[in-house]
Amino acid sequence: MAITLNLPSVLAAHTGGARTIEATGRTLGEAVADVAARYPALAPRLRDKEGKPYPFVNFYLNDEDVRFRGGFAAPVQDGDEVTVIPAIAGG
Amino acid sequence: MPATIASPPLTARPLRCRGCGTERAAAPTAICEECLGPLDPVYEPGRPLPDREIIAGRAPSLWRYKEWLPFDGDAVWSLDTGFTPLVDAPALARRFGVARVWVKNDTVSHPSLSFKDRVVAAAINAAAAFGLDTIGCASTGNLANAVAAHAARAGLKAWIFIPDELEAAKVIGTSVYGARLVRVRGTYDDVNRLCAQVADHFGWGIANVNLRSYYGEGSKTVAYEIAEQLGWRLPTAVVAPMAGGSLLSKLRKGFGEFLEARLVSGDLPRLYGAQAAGCAPIVHLVERGGDAIEPEVPKTICRSLAIGNPADGAFAARAMRETGGWAAAVTDAELVEGIRLLAEDTGVFAETAGGVTTAGALALARAGRFAPQDEVVLCITGHGLKTVEAVQGAVPEAPVIAPRLREVTTLVEEERTWPSR
Repeated sequence: MAITLNLPSVLAAHTGGARTIEATGRTLGEAVADVAARYPALAPRLRDKEGKPYPFVNFYLNDEDVRFRGGFAAPVQDGDEVTVIPAIAGG
Repeated sequence: MPATIASPPLTARPLRCRGCGTERAAAPTAICEECLGPLDPVYEPGRPLPDREIIAGRAPSLWRYKEWLPFDGDAVWSLDTGFTPLVDAPALARRFGVARVWVKNDTVSHPSLSFKDRVVAAAINAAAAFGLDTIGCASTGNLANAVAAHAARAGLKAWIFIPDELEAAKVIGTSVYGARLVRVRGTYDDVNRLCAQVADHFGWGIANVNLRSYYGEGSKTVAYEIAEQLGWRLPTAVVAPMAGGSLLSKLRKGFGEFLEARLVSGDLPRLYGAQAAGCAPIVHLVERGGDAIEPEVPKTICRSLAIGNPADGAFAARAMRETGGWAAAVTDAELVEGIRLLAEDTGVFAETAGGVTTAGALALARAGRFAPQDEVVLCITGHGLKTVEAVQGAVPEAPVIAPRLREVTTLVEEERTWPSR
C-alpha cells in the first residue's frame, strides 16, 4: 500500500531536502519502518530504538491524531496521507 | 522592524534542546533538528543580575526582570505589560482553611485582560529581534486577543487561527484590532496542528509555535511578581489553570531562578494544577503516574483550557509531583460556582479558567491537600467579561421596576426575608 508521508522542514535535512516521501506498509508502523530503512538518518527522529513513537512527535493520519486510531498499529491504505508534526502546545 | 532601535540593539538568546542538549543559534524555531525535542533559550550563567533594590526601582512591568527574559538589549515593544495586582483574599483563606490566600489578578493584565499578554510581550520582541513583519497564533481565545492587540500596537500584520466555536467576546476582541482572524472547523488541537504547518510553510512568527521558546519565558514573570509582591518571599502553594501545561513548568522555573539568584530563600512552593473534568489529560497523568499524555477530545464550557493534547503536559505533571503538589479536575457546574465564589469573595471577575482554578483549589482543600499554615496563591488568568455566557443564568436576574421609591421599598423588605449567604 502506498501512502504519502509529509515531513516538517526541520527533518528535510535528513532526506536530502525532500518534504514528501512515499511509503508502503499495512500499518502506520510498517510505513514508518519502510521510511526508516530507506533514510537511516531520519530513522531515529521518527521513532525510538524499539520502533515506538516518541511522546513529542505526533503523527496525523488524514489529519487525525493517530493516537485516537491505535497509534503505529493504525491500518493505512493506498492514498492515505500521514503528516509528522513535533508536539507544540499553546493556549 | 521597529522605528527606533534601542541601544544595544535587541537580539534573541541562543537555544538549547530540553531533550538532547544540542545548542543552536537564535532563530524563529522551537524544535530541535536532532531529536524534535523542545528548545529553550540559554542564558549567560555569569551575567550580572540585579538585586532587590535595583528591581524595585524599575518601571512596574514584566521587563523589570529583563535579566531572566530571553533577550540581550532592551525590549522595543509591549513595554507596559505585567506587574498585575496580588490581591489579599481573607474570605477564600477561611473557605480553604489556610492561613492566607492571594489572587494573582491577571484579569487586569494590560492590554488584553489575560495572562497571555505576558507571553505575547516576549513573542513580539522575538519577532522584532528576527525582523519578522507578520505574527500569528493558534488560540483558544485569550492568546488571539493578546496577539491581535500587541500586533496592532507594534504595527505588525497578524494572522490568527481559532476553533470555530468560541465565545463572542474572544472573537470580537480579536477582530476589533484589525487582525486577520480565521475560524477553523475543529478543536484547538486541530488548529494547533494547522498552525505548525502554517509556520513551517509561510515563515511567519507564530507566537506559540515557532516563537514558542521565547514566548514561553514570559510566563515566568508571574512567579517573579508573586515573590516580589509578597515582600521577596515565596508562598507555600500555588494553584494555576492548565491548558497546554506550560504555565506550571514555567512557574517552577521562575521561582527556582529567584531562589538561585538569592532574591528569595526557602523551598519551592508546592505547585497545583486545575483543569475542567471535560478535558483533563494532565490531571489524569498526575493521577495515573508516568510520562505519557493520553489525548482527550474536549467537552467543556471552559474553552480556554480545552486542549486535549497538551504538549507541555508531561513537564507540568513532573513540576507538580516533584514540588509535592497535585492536580484537580472540576465539573462545568463547579467551575461556574467557582467564578461566582471568586467574585463574591474577592471582587475579581474571572473567565471560565479562573472558575476552574478557584473550584480546583476548593476541591484540593476539601481533599486535605492544604495545611492550616499554608499560604496559597491562585493564578487567575483571564477576565470574566470574556466569557459572560458561562455565568448567564447562574447569576440572579435583576428585577425591573418603575422609577418609584415604593417599589424599591418592597424589594428591600423582600430581601430581609432572604436567607443570608
